[in-house]
Amino acid sequence: MDLSAISATLLVASLMVAATPILLAALGELIVEKAGVLNLGVEGMMITGAICGFATAVETGNPVLGFAAAALGGAMLSLVFGVLTQIFLSNQVATGLALTLFGLGLSSLLGQGYVGIKPPSTARLDLGPLSDLPFVGRVVFGHDWVVYLSLFLVVATWYFLRRTRAGLKLRAVGESHHAAHALGLKVRAVRLCAIAFGGAMAGLGGAYLSLVRVPQWTEGMTAGAGWIALAIVVFSSWRPGGVLLGAYLFGGVTVLQLNLQAAGVALPVEYLSMSPYLITIAVLVVMSARGSKRSLGAPADLGKQFHATH
Amino acid sequence: MIGLEKRPTPSRAWSYATPFLAVALTVIAGGLMFAALGKDPVAAIRTIFYDPLFDPQFAAYSRPQLLVKAGPLILIATGLALGFRAGVWNIGAEGQYIIGALTGAAVGLALYPAETRAIFPLMVLAGALGGWVWAMIPAILKTRFNTNEILVSLLLVYVAENLLASMAVGRLRNPEGGGFPGSRNLSQWDAAKNPELVAGTGMHWGVVAAFIAVIFAYILLNRHLAGFHIKLAGQAPRAARFAGVNPARLVVFCLGMSGALAGLAGIFEVTGPAGQISIDFNVGYGFTAIIVAFLGRLHPVGIALAGLLMALTYIGGELASFMLGIPAAAIQAFQGMLLFFLLAVDVLTNYRIRLGHREVAR
Repeated sequence: MDLSAISATLLVASLMVAATPILLAALGELIVEKAGVLNLGVEGMMITGAICGFATAVETGNPVLGFAAAALGGAMLSLVFGVLTQIFLSNQVATGLALTLFGLGLSSLLGQGYVGIKPPSTARLDLGPLSDLPFVGRVVFGHDWVVYLSLFLVVATWYFLRRTRAGLKLRAVGESHHAAHALGLKVRAVRLCAIAFGGAMAGLGGAYLSLVRVPQWTEGMTAGAGWIALAIVVFSSWRPGGVLLGAYLFGGVTVLQLNLQAAGVALPVEYLSMSPYLITIAVLVVMSARGSKRSLGAPADLGKQFHATH
Repeated sequence: MIGLEKRPTPSRAWSYATPFLAVALTVIAGGLMFAALGKDPVAAIRTIFYDPLFDPQFAAYSRPQLLVKAGPLILIATGLALGFRAGVWNIGAEGQYIIGALTGAAVGLALYPAETRAIFPLMVLAGALGGWVWAMIPAILKTRFNTNEILVSLLLVYVAENLLASMAVGRLRNPEGGGFPGSRNLSQWDAAKNPELVAGTGMHWGVVAAFIAVIFAYILLNRHLAGFHIKLAGQAPRAARFAGVNPARLVVFCLGMSGALAGLAGIFEVTGPAGQISIDFNVGYGFTAIIVAFLGRLHPVGIALAGLLMALTYIGGELASFMLGIPAAAIQAFQGMLLFFLLAVDVLTNYRIRLGHREVAR
């Protein structure tokens, strides 16, 4: 075993790449949950985004179009969830599960014929001399545009939730839909928009997996990333900064575990592969042991049905 | 304008009718999907729902498969439904199924090559215990630390899958298997096998266990105080607490029952139809069982029927992929669609559709 083979520079750089899909999906789910909706279908939307983005990028040769198609595909699928839970008033937990099961089937159906193809590569953003700086150049300035977009979206989400009127309305809907309704806010419309945004973000995250991180299409390639994104929202106490921290922490564990595999640690590969899931569970336990959901900052009407009686 | 009005009590008639309505809608939507794939929709639906049972050429093979596939689905879904009724969401049955198969097989293989039939019941017990222990992880985390059981139970599926892969190439690998991954074939070892009980029916001990579980769940829910508590906790958690229901015990009971039943399904599968522990031994019964539980309206008898129907889509799907070249993934999407439609039409049970203009200024 040779641990010195693990380069800190590459480790941090690949950490950011590993964290980006989960960061994107978790930011989307954060907005959804802030609006009071619990969408457990993140995994299904991610994998649908992964194949929509992959297929479009392969057919057009343009990764940017791929990411756009992934966002669209994720949003379309999430609207199925939106219509069912908001208009047909179905149980959110069950519908979210259905979305995941359906998304996994749909994606492998769409992915027939895309197995084993290489997608067009997403170019690194050329930041001129900045990229040549030692360590910082490779770590901070050596990435593709999606990584920077995801970081920008962390700030944008924070700004939206804390500093804009629309963000305040969204939070009001999530904290008390009856009060928000009485104030004349359109609870359903706000929630549908949030759900579609969450779907688009999950789709982007999925496309980042299939177009950049792996980059390939294989069935079930998200391998629980959507569920980990859900866990990270809990970890973050429903704050964008916490989502960033959680996603990068998780990215770090994943990358470290892969590097240890490559370095030939005396642990079977399978045990290293399960470590990100175990650590996610451990983090969930630590967070939940600190207090009730409410005191951690969960929206008060999270997961509750809304039916306007008058 | 069309509006919804909450019914004072859920409609009984609709609660029976909605599963059939959902199946009908899924068949229509599925037909459209098959047409979009360039297949004849009528032929596809016929191949999935009719041919496995009545086609003279295939029925002889397909009919027994119905019980083989329905057994684990019903067994797992019956356990899940208890929890779903109480608002305890165990969605990691796939993991408990894997662990049950692993612990049961491990106990059996530890005694290889003894030739006594006592080994089989021992393995079954170990399988149930394995599934129970795996489900106790989210249960204890939920009751001690209030950790979300949905996320924990689901994340443990990935842990279990990795454990399965490690066991299939490591501790449980067949030493005489020439280095190939996978355990000894348990279905060919007389002491451990789970044989077909009546030739040509597909009936094995797992199917027997499934029907016993259905009967027990029915008695539990309708004739027993614990069943009343489960229903009460799901419908009115606050009232349940005043009635003296201990929420922590309920979580432990529901997760434990569903885990043990999933573990049983795993050990019966590995000693019978699957035959051995292999890397891809699990085929998603634990997830499909969630659909079965809802399609059966969380009612034991409904689940038995839903399990048979879902088994039919599995077999019909295989036949359709073999005969018509419909990809296997299409069946998975078809099953997912069924759950969507079911959840959508369920609104009719709890709400009444109101036509006409809404009154203004109330």
